Amino acid sequence: MILNASGCLDALTAPEVARELDAFVTKTVTPQPRGGNEPVRIAETEVGMLNSIGLANPGIDSFRQDVLPRLAELELPIWVSVGGFSADDYADLCRHLDEEPVVEAVELNLSCPNVAEPVGSVAEIVAAAREATSKKLYAKLSAADGDVGSVAVAAAKAGADGLSLVNTIRGLALDPQTLAPTLSTATGGLSGPALRPIALAAVFVCFETTGLPIVGMGGVETGRHALQLIAAGASVCALGTILFSDPEAPGRIRSELTAEAEALGFENPLDAHALAHGDKAPAPLRRVA
Amino acid sequence: MRREALIVAGVERVGPYSLVSLKRGSLESGVPGQFFMLSPPGRLLPRPMSLCLATRRELAFLIDPIGPGTRALVELVRGQAVDVLGPLGNGYRLDVKRPLLVGGGIGVAPFPYLSERLGRPPAVLGFRTSEHAEAAALVPNAEVAVEPRLVTELLRPRHDVLACGPEPMLAAVARLAPRSQLAWEAPMACGYGACYGCAVRIGGELKRLCVDGPVLDAEAA
Repeated sequence: MILNASGCLDALTAPEVARELDAFVTKTVTPQPRGGNEPVRIAETEVGMLNSIGLANPGIDSFRQDVLPRLAELELPIWVSVGGFSADDYADLCRHLDEEPVVEAVELNLSCPNVAEPVGSVAEIVAAAREATSKKLYAKLSAADGDVGSVAVAAAKAGADGLSLVNTIRGLALDPQTLAPTLSTATGGLSGPALRPIALAAVFVCFETTGLPIVGMGGVETGRHALQLIAAGASVCALGTILFSDPEAPGRIRSELTAEAEALGFENPLDAHALAHGDKAPAPLRRVA
Repeated sequence: MRREALIVAGVERVGPYSLVSLKRGSLESGVPGQFFMLSPPGRLLPRPMSLCLATRRELAFLIDPIGPGTRALVELVRGQAVDVLGPLGNGYRLDVKRPLLVGGGIGVAPFPYLSERLGRPPAVLGFRTSEHAEAAALVPNAEVAVEPRLVTELLRPRHDVLACGPEPMLAAVARLAPRSQLAWEAPMACGYGACYGCAVRIGGELKRLCVDGPVLDAEAA
């Protein structure tokens, strides 16, 4: 199963790309509209890309009224990413989305490097969201936290149905001539190839500690990268930065994944699920259908 | 939105710029002012380039090698393949009565194609140095200003201005000719609305230049 990473595709401007996915994940929606950060918002580095978009979005009310109905017309499963600044914000957003039949799952963005961190622990936010909705809840975590395995356990115990791993990690690029930061906010979120081993490690560790379903993402550019995430414990892969250079990536990576798995003797890519754990695959804490 | 690997037909120096010609494959040339994303070999992200020249067999892009991506593009050699996505965004409206093309620096890039589509109207072009001004040879009926002279000194009244150039030039053109069409530039990761990286302030709001532009009415900006 292949998704987009939140914030890496607009299904309304590129419906033909979204239709190649198994589900579309929206850009993070916040309680109030946000214009986002001032330009310059992106920078290319030798090993990845930095972004500092700042959660630009129309806010939950306008999202429900104007955006969601148009997304529904695409007839794709919709996952909505939500972000807030307190546990109450997340609960409120989840209550809104709980009333929307078209929404299949909610992803809690607990780790945007470009805005102030939400007040409250991951456990508190997940618990508040859990109380507010019966939709599938995925907690999106950052590998910047040294002990992401323990954070994942806290999210699982608070009621998360799954994990999205990983978000970007804070990085900085300097203009080679002026040595001033390239981005208007100085630092931004690093994505792309540099995240690949970091994402693999986070997926590996969090699968080991929770056994929860995991959406693995971070630098996936080929079917081989996707298969490795699956072997580390992901059951779904999401594409981020690669979509910027290759809008045909979903279809291409899907075929490569099948071919790569077949070459290794697997009938289905998911037959390689958690293989990296050998005999030590964990007993799941919770499972969703 | 089509993406195709195009074969480099040739690269020609034009002053400090390079004109990179690609065999056009099945890509449409689009409306002048629209752009294409070209993927430089060895770089993570593609680069947005407006189309400079379109013939039946080739698409050509005028490129200023200012960074690692644009340098990789001008170092392409004949026979190499380069991934191209496009045409993208909104180009110039061509329903104008008395067109005047106003360009600055690498902002002349879309003008050869635009000029051809508009029947070779007059153009006024500004450059930093006489070496940069060699690019004016690509644009028919062009009058040139080299710094310290500014291109805005060459503006003519009662014309429909179609402009492309650096932001201070566009701002000056917007003040002098409020009904002009302006082609803006911003760093872009994707070119098709996915990354939100190319936001610019339009009418007080941050909008994506790739889908709302790159050509905008001066009055809207």
